[in-house]
This record gives sequence, structure tokens and C-alpha cells, in this order.
Amino acid sequence: MLTLIDLVGLLPLLIVASTAVLVMLGVAWRRHHGGTAAVTVSGLALALASLPLASAAPSSPPLMIFDGLALMGSALVLVSGLFIAAMSHGYLAGYRGPREEFYLLLLCAVTGALGLVASNHLATLFISLELLSMPLYGMVAYSFRTERSLEAGIKYLILSAAATAFLLFGMALIYARTGHLELTALAAGVAGSPDPWILGGAALLLVGLGFKLSIIPFHQWTPDVYQGGLAPATTVLATVSKLAVFLVLLRLVLVAPVFGSGWLLGLISLLALLSMFGGNLLALFQPDLKRLLGYSSIAHMGYLLVVVIVGGPLALETTGVYLFTYIVATMGAFGVIMHVSGTGSGEDASGLHHYRGLFWHSPWLAALLTLSMLSLAGIPLTAGFFGKFYIIALGVEGSRWWLVGGIVIGSVIGLFYYLRVIVTLYLREPGMQQAVADAGRGRVEKLALLIVAVSILLLGIYPVPFIDWVAGLAWAARLL
Amino acid sequence: MILFWLILIPFLGGMLCWHSERWGEQAPRWIALATMLFVLAVSVVLWAGGDFSAYGTGERPWLLEWRVPWIPRFGIEIHLALDGLSLILIALTGFLGALAVLCSWKEIVERVGFFHLNLLFVLGGVVGVFLALDLLLFFLFWEVMLVPMYFLIALWGHSGSPGQTRIRAATRFFIYTQASGLLMLVAILALVFVHYTSSGEITFSYDALLNADVPDNLSFWIMLGFFIAFAVKLPVVPFHGWLPDAHAQAPTAGSVDLAGILLKTAAYGMLRFAIPLFPEQSQAFAPVAMALGVVGIIYGAVLACGQQDIKRLIAYASISHMGFVLIAVYSGSELAIQGAIVLMVAHAFSSAALFILSGQLFERIHTRDMRRMGGLWGRIPVLPGVTLFFLAASLGMPATANFLGEFMVLFGTFRSAPVVVVIASAGLVLGAIYSLLMMQRVHFGREQQPGLLAGPDVREYGMMLALIGLTLAVGLNPQPLLDTTASMVRPVADLFMAGPVRAGGMN
Repeated sequence: MLTLIDLVGLLPLLIVASTAVLVMLGVAWRRHHGGTAAVTVSGLALALASLPLASAAPSSPPLMIFDGLALMGSALVLVSGLFIAAMSHGYLAGYRGPREEFYLLLLCAVTGALGLVASNHLATLFISLELLSMPLYGMVAYSFRTERSLEAGIKYLILSAAATAFLLFGMALIYARTGHLELTALAAGVAGSPDPWILGGAALLLVGLGFKLSIIPFHQWTPDVYQGGLAPATTVLATVSKLAVFLVLLRLVLVAPVFGSGWLLGLISLLALLSMFGGNLLALFQPDLKRLLGYSSIAHMGYLLVVVIVGGPLALETTGVYLFTYIVATMGAFGVIMHVSGTGSGEDASGLHHYRGLFWHSPWLAALLTLSMLSLAGIPLTAGFFGKFYIIALGVEGSRWWLVGGIVIGSVIGLFYYLRVIVTLYLREPGMQQAVADAGRGRVEKLALLIVAVSILLLGIYPVPFIDWVAGLAWAARLL
Repeated sequence: MILFWLILIPFLGGMLCWHSERWGEQAPRWIALATMLFVLAVSVVLWAGGDFSAYGTGERPWLLEWRVPWIPRFGIEIHLALDGLSLILIALTGFLGALAVLCSWKEIVERVGFFHLNLLFVLGGVVGVFLALDLLLFFLFWEVMLVPMYFLIALWGHSGSPGQTRIRAATRFFIYTQASGLLMLVAILALVFVHYTSSGEITFSYDALLNADVPDNLSFWIMLGFFIAFAVKLPVVPFHGWLPDAHAQAPTAGSVDLAGILLKTAAYGMLRFAIPLFPEQSQAFAPVAMALGVVGIIYGAVLACGQQDIKRLIAYASISHMGFVLIAVYSGSELAIQGAIVLMVAHAFSSAALFILSGQLFERIHTRDMRRMGGLWGRIPVLPGVTLFFLAASLGMPATANFLGEFMVLFGTFRSAPVVVVIASAGLVLGAIYSLLMMQRVHFGREQQPGLLAGPDVREYGMMLALIGLTLAVGLNPQPLLDTTASMVRPVADLFMAGPVRAGGMN
């Protein structure tokens, strides 16, 4: 039964969901782009503000769990959602079709992600995952009159549906053997020597989630969807979707010992190595910035899988730090893409040539993109370094030398293309293409970009408060 | 606190340079020059006021020390400390930094503010490397100096032949050094976690890790991680692939910094970290390291003989000289290590001077290809004579600091490894060959074109006279330098003498 206390715990989710309803009613009543964006942003901000209150309440609604992991995930999801909503306003200003529905879809996706990170039951897991994915089809194909966007949307829809089928089949297999859908009960059910059915089910679950994380070999959709989708939609994919799915994967692994056994772990290690190398190698000669970021995200998910493999007391903390640093850097990169593009001209400015010499007409944007790239590459004094530091530390602590070697080699390959992007920004060519449409860019976007830039630097120079916060959450979550 | 400011000032100066671009083209240059002179002045004041015989013992291990917690969760501190060696190298950084600003006064004409931002960031990172004692902080500065160096080469460099562009050279430099840096990070983390499992304390502190109890099978690999990171930067021969290209494509200021200072961070890292942290493993590894050093001496010198590009020739000569440093560092003799330090200083002066001279030559005849030079002695006043002086220094003429350094290295190493010394001495002969070959091809022979070229102006005169003066001063009266570093070198040499017994608490 739901009690009042439980409702307090659910507050962030409820606020976001009701903002979605509010936006829907608002659109039905009267279209107003600025107003819709403002409602969305304030709804998400309110949800973020309610997080401390919600986490303080000892709530335990059925099917869900509010532990440190969920709190961490909710905070990350809401921060990314907030950033995307703020950036979308300027991005969609030049869009000729209906603009308000985009926020509706965004809010639905955020609701799904919030549910996903807190799910303690395979039913909530599945429903939340679908609630996260369904709006994304619409968002990716939002500009359906451009061929690429539509193609990307349909590609994502079909492959995602296939992955969902795997996921459901895996759940069914596990349910058939254990008779439980709740995670803790399920974990108790699969304890002991796992039989082939349960292992098979776990592997299928892994396939389904691996697709969302675009781990090699389930990555084929990533570059096309990243390139074709609208920049804000791609940002949702790269941040909200990936982090929520990864956290749920981590929860499964932490709760159910079946993932930590024998060949399944070997399989995950193999996938991690494949993703590290494959993602970085595929990105090497990529002339399109969005595709490049897509491939780079594959590599980053590969690094992050080390957490799943090693586990141990540092795992949760590492996940929190790495995910956040990765998300901040990704937001920085996509923020610049959104700022430079705008849909007025149809397609996004995603080719690298659009950014040639960016430094010489908008130095601050170029500086932010440089910072983001350095952070993704894990260079010290940017946020990304501490993410990499944690991952390597975890690998070394767990004596997983193969994976550590993979991270080192992967990072070195990665440098090559990150540097290529960076140096492009500073090259001055005669007759340079002027891609920046600086009209109609409000203060909100600039503020959002500034906050991202400052946090990349701040996390790189003095990460102590952040690390302590994550460590505290990880400590709390370990009690589960 | 003054140590912290030594690091911070170049970074702040760099930011100011970037902003000052709007005040005029000269503003960034003056600000950068003032910043580097400030660093130089601070280190000279510290040197003049410091008593270098008193520290180095248990009571007062460092001349100056400053530590505050940074990331307490992992026991990471901002721990800066200064001893004689770091002081000498920081003074060198300030001096060569000022020279780098001066020598690009006319060479760099576009994006002046951003250029000086990068230049000062490199130098700030280098000062950080020389001061950091916490291992993570050291790694941080080690990496921080790479990114701006990358920009210096990639944005202001010269593109050579097709396919050998400056961006390619810069990327290669970055990837080599970053890869080795990551290896060092893994080694540091492995050391820290080994220490953690044995003592229950997680810390990156130098003092604590000196006494870490590392199992034998692992400690060799960790030592190798450190060694490779430093070997790439020095560079030791199989890892030298980035150096000739980076030098050939870099702007003059970049070459001066690379050869003069950045290569020295590697030798410093060996003396400060690789050997004290792993004395036994280093001792076991010494024959290999010395062999690599000898290979480097001969290989660098032979390749230098065959170069057509002046800067590539100097770059290969650097590889040869650094071979001497490597031999000395692993010889375990106090005299040889002192010689290595003198040689490092001398090489910083002479290679910086040669790079600046080739930059000045390039400004006048717009080529660095020696096949298109010749007969310049009669066409340019003063500069050929100066070149001759520094080439003589580079080949180890007595009275110059280079002679003293090489002599001390060979003399000190002879007792422990006579064969190495005999082979390495051949490098001196080869050194004479490539130096004189360069002089012959550039300044003597038939004139390719008639006509007199401009002589040095006040700025160029000043730089050259300062470098000549310092080379002679160190060569003729090295005792102040030796006194400054003696108390740092002695414990390192003792580690080798102590044999298999672990000499904990070296400072």
C-alpha cells in the first residue's frame, strides 16, 4: 500500500510527471514556445530541489526502492534533463514545425529514467525502460521532414524493439525458474549454483540492456542515430538514457550474484574490451562530430563496464564519479553543437568542417568544446581525469590487468580523434565557413553552457565536495 | 606558500596574456617576459639566500616545503618541496622561458596572446613537475604541460615536407607522451594499492611510499612503468620517435622549451622518483638502462651526421647527449650524477642557443635545409661566430660547461662500468664530426647567393651574450652549482652503494 511517506519519496517523479501533464494541457490550450520551455525547466528544477526532501523520507513504495543508487541516478537524470530543456529552447527557436511537443516528450523520457533508476522489480524496470525509450523515438525523428532524422528514428525504433524482445524473453526465463519478479526475492531465488536457464536469461537481459548502452556488438544503431537525430534528442540518448540504463544494470549485477559468476563475467569482460577498442578505432577517422561522439560513447561505456566486472566497495562510487564526469563533458560537447546548429537551416551543423576556426569567431564556445574533448580524453585538470583515475584505480585494485591495459590503449587511441577535433577549432583558413547563427540565443543557454564549462574545470581542480557526496551515497547504497 | 605562487604565477600570467591581446600586440610579450623573469628572480633570490649544506638530513629534509590536503579521500595532498636540484631546474625554466619569449618576439605574429598563454602554461606545468612531491600531483603536472605544448607545435609550427605536417608531429608527440604517462599512472596506482594492502593507509605521499613494502614480482613491473614514462620523455632510443619531428616542426620557442626544459623533467623524474622508490630494482635494471644510454649516444650521433635539416640535426644531437645523462643516472656514482646535472644545465644552454640561432637563420634566409645554405660566414655578421662557439660547446670543448659535464659523467661511471665508458667516448668523436659538419655546411663553403644579411639586433645580441656567459661561467666555476645539488645527489648515489639492503628514508 502507498502511504503518504511513500508519496514524499516519489515526489521528484510525481513532479516531473505532473509537469508533463501540465505541458500537454498547455499545448492543448494555447501554443507558446517560451512558456512551455519555462514550465519544463521550472518543473525539472523543482523536482531537483525536492530530491533532498524525498531522500530524507523513509519511504518504501511497492516495486521501487529509494537508496543511494537511486538518489544518485535521479540527481544525474534531473541535471541532464534540466540542461537539455534549457538548451532546447534556443535550438528549437528556428524550427518551423510544432515546437512545444518536444518538451512533452523530454519530460516523459525523464520520468521513465527516474523510474528506471529506482526500480526494484522487473515490472517497473520494463515499464520505465519503455517510458524512457518511446518518447525517444519521437524525439529522434522529431524533424521528420529531413530524411536523416526520420531514418534515425525508424532505425532506433526497430532495433530498440528487437532489444526489448530480448529483454522480455530474458525476464521470462528467469521468472520461469525462480517464480519471482522482485529483484531481492529473485536474487535469493537464483542464489546457489545457477542453472543454464537462469544464465541464459541473464545473458538475454544483458543483450537488451547492452543495446541501450550501445556496447559492441549491439552498437550498430549508435552512429546513425547520433548523427540523424536532433541534437537535443541525441543528448538525451547520450546522457539520460545511458546513465539510467547503466545504473539499472549495475543494480542487477550488485543484487543478483548470477552475473558475477563464471563465463558470464568473462563475457562481460570481452564485451568491455571490444567496446573500448572498437569504439575508439571506429571514431578515428570520423569526419562528423556527432558520429564521432557516438563512437566515443561506445568506448566510454566499455570503460564503465569495468565497474560491473570488478565490483567491490569502490564500484558504486566509481560509477557515480565516472558517469557524472562523462555526462558533464557530453553535455558540453552537445551544448556547443546545439548552440552552433539550431534547426533553422534544416540539419545540424555536425560535420567537423563547420567547426573549423570556431575559436576565431566564438572563442568561448571553442573553449568549452576544447574542455569537453579534453575531459572526454581524461586529461588532468578537467573532470574526465578523475573519472579515468577512478576506473583505472578500480581495475588496478581488482588486478584486472587486461582491462587496465585496454583502458590505457583505448585512451591513447582516443586521444588521436579528440585532438583532431580540438585542433580543427583553432585552424584559421581563408574563406572560412561562418556557421554560427548567433541570433535568438538567449541568456538561459549561455548560462547553461557557462555552468557546464565551470563544472568541468571545477571538478577537475577541486573535486573533493563532489567525491565526498558520491562516496556518502555509495556508502548508503551498500547497506541494501 | 612561495612555492605555490611559483607555480601559479605562470598560469595567471598566461591568462593575462590572452586577455591583454586587446591592449595591443606587444602587451602579451611584455607580460610573458615579466612573468618568466619573476620566476627567475624568485629562484635566484631563494638560491642566494639558501643554505644548501644544512638540509637533506632527517631534521629538515627540504629547503622549503608546503603541504595542504587536496583530496583527503585518497590521501592526495598538494605537497610541494624544494631542494637544490629543483631550484636549479626552476631557475633554468625561468631563464629559458624568458629566452623563449624573446626569441619569438618577431617570429610569432599572429594569435600572439594565445601563443603566450600556451607558452606560459607549459612552463607553469614544468615548474609544477619540479616541485610536486605527491605522486598524483606530479602526474598531474606531468600531463598538464603536454596540452599547451601540443598547441604550440600544432598551431605555430612549421610544416615540413608533405605528409610531415606540424599537426602530425604534434599529435605524435602527444600520443607518445600521453601513452607513457598513462603507464606511469597505472604504476602509481599499483604502488599506492600495494601500499594500501600492506599498511591499510591510502596515500600518494612520497615519504610514505618510499617505505612501501612491495612484493618482488610486482615491484619490477611498477619500476618499469615509471622508467618507460621517463624514458619516452628523455628520450631513450626505442622511444624517441616523437622527438625529431616535434623539434623540426615546432616554432623556435617550442624547440627551446622542449630541448631545454622538457627533456630535463625526465631525468629529474628518474632521480627523484624512479630510483629512490625502487633502489634495488633500479640497480638490477642499471645494466639495461646503461646499454640503452650507449645505444642512444651512438644512434643519435650517427643519425645527426646524416641530417639535412638544422633543427633535426640538433634534435638527434640531443638524443645523443641525453644518453650520457641516462648512463650517469644509473651509474650510482655521485660524481657521475653531479656530472649529469651539469650536463643537463649545459645542454639546456647550448641546445637552446643552437635552436635560437637556427630560428634567427630561418628569419634571414627562410630555410632550414643545409643543402641550400653555405658560405654564410661572409654574409651575416657575428652570428656565425656565435654558432661556432655553441657547436664547440656542444662537442665538449674544455672550458665550456658541456665538457665538464661529459667529463664528470665518464670519469664517475668508469669505476662501475668501464666498457660503457669506452664505447660512450666514441660518441664524443661522433659529436665532433656532426658539429663541425654542420658548421662547414652552413657557414663555410661556396656562397649560394651574394649579398649581406642583417646582423643581430640588441635583443639577439643580448640573448646570445647571456647564454655564452652562462656556458663559460658554469664551465669555469661549477662549484656553486655542485654545492647546491650535492646534498640531493649523495643519498641517491648511496642507494646504489647500499646494495640490496633497502635504504628507507633517503631524505
